[in-house]
Amino acid sequence: MGVEGIGARVVRKEDKRFITGKGRYVDDIKLTGMTHAHFIRSPHAHAKVKKIDSSAALKMPGVVAVLTGQQLVDDKVGNLICGWAITSKDGSPMKMGAWPAMAPETVRFVGQAVAVVIADSKNLARDAAEAVVVDYEELPAVADMQSAIKAGAPQLHPEAPGNQVYDWVIGDDGAVSAAFSKAANVVKLDVTNNRLAPNAMEPRAAIADYDAAEEHFTLYTTSQNPHVARLVLSAFYNIAPEHKLRVIAPDVGGGFGSKIFIYPEEMVALWASKKVGRPVKWTGDRTEAFLTDAHGRDHVTHAEMAFDANNKIIGLKVKTYANFGAYMSLFSSSVPTYLYATLLSGQYNIPAIHAEVIGVYTNTTPVDAYRGAGRPEASYLIERLMETAARQLKVDPAALRRTNFITQFPHQTPVIMAYDTGDFNASLDAAMKAIDYAGFANRKAQAKSQGKLRGIGVSCYIEACGIAPSKAVGSLGAGVGLWESAEVRVNPVGTIEILTGSHSHGQGHETTFCQLVADRLGVPISQVSIVHGDTDKVQFGMGTYGSRSAAVGLTAILKAMEKMESKAKKIAAHALEASEADIVIENGEFKVTGTDKAIAFPMVALAAYTAHNLPDGMEPGLKESAFYDPTNFTFPAGTYICELEVDPGTGKTSFVNFVAADDFGRLINPMIVEGQVHGGLVQGIGQALLEHAIYDANGQPVTASFMDYAMPRADDVPSFNLSHTTTLCPGNPLGIKGCGEAGAIGASAAVINAITDAIGKNNLEMPATPDRVWRTINAA
Amino acid sequence: MYQTTYHRASSVDEAASLFGKSSEAKFLAGGQTLLPVMKQRLASPSDVIDLAKIKDMIGVEASGDTLTIKAATTHYDVATSDAAKKAIPALAYLASLIGDPAVRYRGTIGGSIANNDPAADYPAALLALDATVKTNKRSIAAGDFFKGLFTTALEDGEIITAVSFPVPAKAGYAKMRHPASRFALTAVFVAQTKSGEIRVAATGASQSGVMRVGAIEAALKANWSPSAIDSVNIPASGLLADIHGTADYRANLVKVMAQRAVAAAG
Ligand SMILES: Cc1cc2nc3c(=O)[nH]c(=O)nc-3n(C[C@H](O)[C@H](O)[C@H](O)COP(=O)(O)OP(=O)(O)OC[C@H]3O[C@@H](n4cnc5c(N)ncnc54)[C@H](O)[C@@H]3O)c2cc1C
Repeated sequence: MGVEGIGARVVRKEDKRFITGKGRYVDDIKLTGMTHAHFIRSPHAHAKVKKIDSSAALKMPGVVAVLTGQQLVDDKVGNLICGWAITSKDGSPMKMGAWPAMAPETVRFVGQAVAVVIADSKNLARDAAEAVVVDYEELPAVADMQSAIKAGAPQLHPEAPGNQVYDWVIGDDGAVSAAFSKAANVVKLDVTNNRLAPNAMEPRAAIADYDAAEEHFTLYTTSQNPHVARLVLSAFYNIAPEHKLRVIAPDVGGGFGSKIFIYPEEMVALWASKKVGRPVKWTGDRTEAFLTDAHGRDHVTHAEMAFDANNKIIGLKVKTYANFGAYMSLFSSSVPTYLYATLLSGQYNIPAIHAEVIGVYTNTTPVDAYRGAGRPEASYLIERLMETAARQLKVDPAALRRTNFITQFPHQTPVIMAYDTGDFNASLDAAMKAIDYAGFANRKAQAKSQGKLRGIGVSCYIEACGIAPSKAVGSLGAGVGLWESAEVRVNPVGTIEILTGSHSHGQGHETTFCQLVADRLGVPISQVSIVHGDTDKVQFGMGTYGSRSAAVGLTAILKAMEKMESKAKKIAAHALEASEADIVIENGEFKVTGTDKAIAFPMVALAAYTAHNLPDGMEPGLKESAFYDPTNFTFPAGTYICELEVDPGTGKTSFVNFVAADDFGRLINPMIVEGQVHGGLVQGIGQALLEHAIYDANGQPVTASFMDYAMPRADDVPSFNLSHTTTLCPGNPLGIKGCGEAGAIGASAAVINAITDAIGKNNLEMPATPDRVWRTINAA
Repeated sequence: MYQTTYHRASSVDEAASLFGKSSEAKFLAGGQTLLPVMKQRLASPSDVIDLAKIKDMIGVEASGDTLTIKAATTHYDVATSDAAKKAIPALAYLASLIGDPAVRYRGTIGGSIANNDPAADYPAALLALDATVKTNKRSIAAGDFFKGLFTTALEDGEIITAVSFPVPAKAGYAKMRHPASRFALTAVFVAQTKSGEIRVAATGASQSGVMRVGAIEAALKANWSPSAIDSVNIPASGLLADIHGTADYRANLVKVMAQRAVAAAG
């Protein structure tokens, strides 16, 4: 592998600039003549916008314009879209309520923009915003799903009677009924998957710059997928055709899904920049992040699992209500359907599964993909069910899982997914050994003698990553293909630029992607640079989410590398007067195998560009590109086991140990993988213990700051004990499965299974706050 | 933040006179409460008068049976002060639990008690230790100083200069942290004065701010031990309730934290 090749723990190249404060984020960019936008947002969860009086504001110093939703309509700027079409069980299409970037008539959640002030400075814009008088007529609001689906509930969209987005089903209802009718045991569970606010460290921001002479826009934005942003802005919002719109996503400080989507603010900035003839900048603050970044999760589910007399699962039925918030965000429709219900088989052989998912509108912030997106909800449900079943059937929870593990691959589940490979026993074994599962009973007894309730919880997760085969997702309603592109540009001096459609916003691509090049060519990673995040530089790309950048993005780079190497070998063979078949690449040299004849890679590159002595008919230059479309999803899987103690006096949970045994296929940089797992686990633990985006009955957010919304801090989480078991993914040449979401997918169930084990009561909702745990312990 | 004029005072008198000359002035100490509120445009003082650099307002001193903490002393300095750790270790411990390091490096005791947040830590210590608040005008007993939520006996323009604490025979503090803010979800300070009086104060619990807990004081007077509190009944009525803690839970915490504080006091 070499010191910088695949598998090496290479220190991250990008960290020098990040930890010395030299990162270049959208808000760091200042353009000549730049104006600043401040949005006027609805304080009401549901209201009619009667009148907007901006006359006083327009007279204030430094105010350039006050623009409203009606002007957007007048200028024919398109409504926001949802890019994945889902069909209800009755054959009708999903019911999409119109979502204008600023509301001309009706606001449907607190924080929805109705107007924007453009001024010479942010402070002047804020001052003027206070002088704009918006006359609202409040309407009854509904914030929780159970109320929203009741007859007589306030209705959000005329397009969606009963506040229903869709009623979608998957699986074989008849087979499931047959299984339940012959079940020896049935286990039932109701679970809530709590709503989360993603809270990337960097808030969203945008700068739009319209060049009237060229009729050309440049947008700097905090995006995980700048090309998709350009595509959507061009194709649906009528902003500008693609060749007249350059989208740049420079350093981006975390996304977790929330920066996949196209939001009103960047659309308005683009439109406003043309209207005022100057660049327009908007940087959200933390309150705006809480109010407007798409939230995650928010499911309410009833599930039943049928077992035969040998404790084998014979059927599963699931009914889930999924909260969409007030509007359908870009990929929201796919999250509780194809990203959720297709994973309901977990790691288990389940012959019959049926799931029904009902999407519901409420007067809350829109909900969309958040780290894991649908898969954490599925994994949490299945792993809570398995634990509940073990308790009900009085068998060891690890043993029950083992009885039901899938052991033959490939395995076709009843819910679309075909698992390619895995070894679920291996990761369970590794985790049980790491935590000394066998010694737990003793430790529990010892803790009891000290007045502490100790518990252990297992979670065996599986996820579908490497998103995704374009043809497959197309057949399921996706509006885009999910391949990736890459270009390898070798400069005449032999340095290498890799252009990728993946986007790094914390994942370390500038290091891992270089490691592939170092591995293949034996050149130091300092000779390689990664170019991403600019639609003018990279031809096209689908961006980073769904743990896809290594499995899909890096494979595209590999394909382009192979083409480049093939041409370079021809040049080397020609120069060395050898046969191309005899050329091998070693330590930065092209060698004739079995001889000491060699030519250094930079000399090959130079030869390609001087073109003085190339093989007959060969084009000069050394640059190749490739598109890679995966043939299947990848299936990272693993076991997490958590051991913790509950203080019965306060209900507070303290971790004793947390082990993770993951199978991610091949690891490019184990250190970066560990970092990804740590971050994911912390988010999973955050969901289990701390985080909850809450609305009151009138749709007012209760948790719109860090003083109320509990983000996990370093001292809330344990030191993790990580290990890996490996089955290589057969679907891509590098054998990669992806590691970006696993922690967030698997951790929550391990924590709740452990707490419920500790307190001896099975029903406990997330977040398991000390108050909630204490009340559960003391409940009759 | 709205426009404001910043002044750095070099003495208490200068600060008081600057206050008198401005239309709507605010004193600034650590800024951990005032600045976030100004940034959110919820406060708009015409003038901000910084007390944090006034030399006479910084420092911790023990003399005889009194520990004096000057008003602009940061939480970090109290937590790490040898004098405080020796005289009243429970007080230094309390300071070490406030917020996070950034808050402790800036936030001050004077700012904390002037603000009188119902979940702040120091008010419990002041009340349980029967401390005296010194201002540029007078001395105020802790029992008279705290007047309910975010309200104190301070007059407009009055500056807290120091807090003096009688050194107790025993004292202990136990805090259940609010999971998000790290303020007290409920915390209890217990003290046994050198004259034998038992004083117990709870913060984060009551709807009317920091409070003495008479029932626990009585139980501890009869028997200074954690188990003495087992049979005390703390009613949930009048206690705070929010997404992080119901009133019942806080009532339980008053007891449990008091027990742990007694155990810590020894
Ligand atoms: C994230 C976070 C977590 C926190 N956690 C805790 C916690 O766990 N426990 C806790 O107790 N507190 C906590 N705090 C509050 C913190 O302790 C502050 O330091 C305190 O509330 C105010 O002190 P300050 O010096 O920052 O005052 P400032 O913010 O500067 O001022 C606060 C108020 O006091 C007035 N004032 C300041 N000094 C004087 C004076 N000498 N005389 C008269 N008036 C004065 C000011 O005019 C202003 O009205 C937290 C704060 C934050 C931001």
